[in-house]
Amino acid sequence: MDYLAIYVTLKLALVTTVVLMVIAAPVAYALAYNRFSGKSFLEALIYLPMALPPTVIGFYLIILMGPKGFVGKMWQMLTGGSLLFTFIGITMASIIYSIPFAVQPMKAAFSKIDRRLLESAYVLGLSKKATFFRVIIPNSVSGIAAAAILVFLHSIGAFGVLLMVGGSIPGETKVASIAIYEAVEMMNYKAAGLIALSFIPISYAFLLLVNKLNEGARS
Amino acid sequence: MSIEVSFKKKLKYFDVDISFSCAKKNMVVMIGPSGGGKTTIIRMLAGLEKPKEGKVVFGDEVWFDSLRRIDVPPQKRRLGYVFQDYNLFPHLNLFDNAAFAAVDKKEVEDLFGIFRIGHLKKRKPHMVSGGERQRCAICQALARHPRILLLDEPFSALDAITRRGLREELKNLKGKMSFPIIYVTHDITEALYLADELLPVVDGKIDDQWLQRMMTREPSSEVALRAAREPRLTLVY
Repeated sequence: MDYLAIYVTLKLALVTTVVLMVIAAPVAYALAYNRFSGKSFLEALIYLPMALPPTVIGFYLIILMGPKGFVGKMWQMLTGGSLLFTFIGITMASIIYSIPFAVQPMKAAFSKIDRRLLESAYVLGLSKKATFFRVIIPNSVSGIAAAAILVFLHSIGAFGVLLMVGGSIPGETKVASIAIYEAVEMMNYKAAGLIALSFIPISYAFLLLVNKLNEGARS
Repeated sequence: MSIEVSFKKKLKYFDVDISFSCAKKNMVVMIGPSGGGKTTIIRMLAGLEKPKEGKVVFGDEVWFDSLRRIDVPPQKRRLGYVFQDYNLFPHLNLFDNAAFAAVDKKEVEDLFGIFRIGHLKKRKPHMVSGGERQRCAICQALARHPRILLLDEPFSALDAITRRGLREELKNLKGKMSFPIIYVTHDITEALYLADELLPVVDGKIDDQWLQRMMTREPSSEVALRAAREPRLTLVY
């Protein structure tokens, strides 16, 4: 079995999840608690990766991250290397691909917190930042956990975006979903079957966990 | 320290235009029909809402002055604010709630003793009764060593018996406190029982005649009709 591909997949999913949780939290906070002009346009833009075909996202990412693209050039200047066909490159792609799945459940969890609780915290002397860490985060733990799991599962399942941005370099950008595709192409059904099978218990267990968390949030 | 307040603000159905003061050790009870702007006034006092014009001076400290563009945020006013519900944080037990902004955590124990909720320290807010929650909310406010205490219908969600008990506790407590207290209610019994000074507020303005009209039930007046829906003298008295 292609353990290396499974390892790359899990590593990618983990890094994506951790980075995205940190990025998405302030975005979700801004969307949940602030009213500003152009908010609905911004929100739609953030959710756009959910509605676009992965190959469309992949196409634009190639343009952006390629040697002539803005991000690619910046990266070249900073590190001297290329962004395409690297682990960092597919991590960036995976983060953009999964942004909606992080922001949406977190925003929902933050919006559910009664405003009066926040006001109570302000009157008790807590700054907005302290209120975020001491009141908002602890009261939306299950929503945040649900967001993390959704992002993790969604990044495990990424295929088109990663193939376009990263190709299939073993140990670097060849994730399990690409390994399955290649094995099938080469008529190696046994190898494909084994990797495919290893996904089912992982994904199933995580989904069960999401359901549990959602139930917990409701009660 | 005493507090001097004057506010003007446009609301949907009427304009708030009020000024009053409250000396230390004094309890001013703001009374009037629901939807008369009482909560808005208290929220402006706490810094949670911004008046269009006005001034709030506490001792020699200016909290708000529309002319000088001073607006001290609620965090810096150091006041205690207890509202009808939602003071307590659901993820913390009663003790941690009361100690949330406490100056000295040891005092929380004493406060819990006074309010007879010491045995519930480890319970989460949803596991105790409404009366116990409000007691804890008062402890939370007092543990912060507030310079003024604002109580916005703190007992309205409670049943009549619990309400009467807490009212008495609050009256006892009042004697020991050195700061001004502003209490909002639409319950005349409660107001008469607690107040050092009554401040009848109708449609955002002081209306000294309101109380008399309510007592004599002048049936034709519009305000009386509105107030008829409010709990009047409760049966326990």
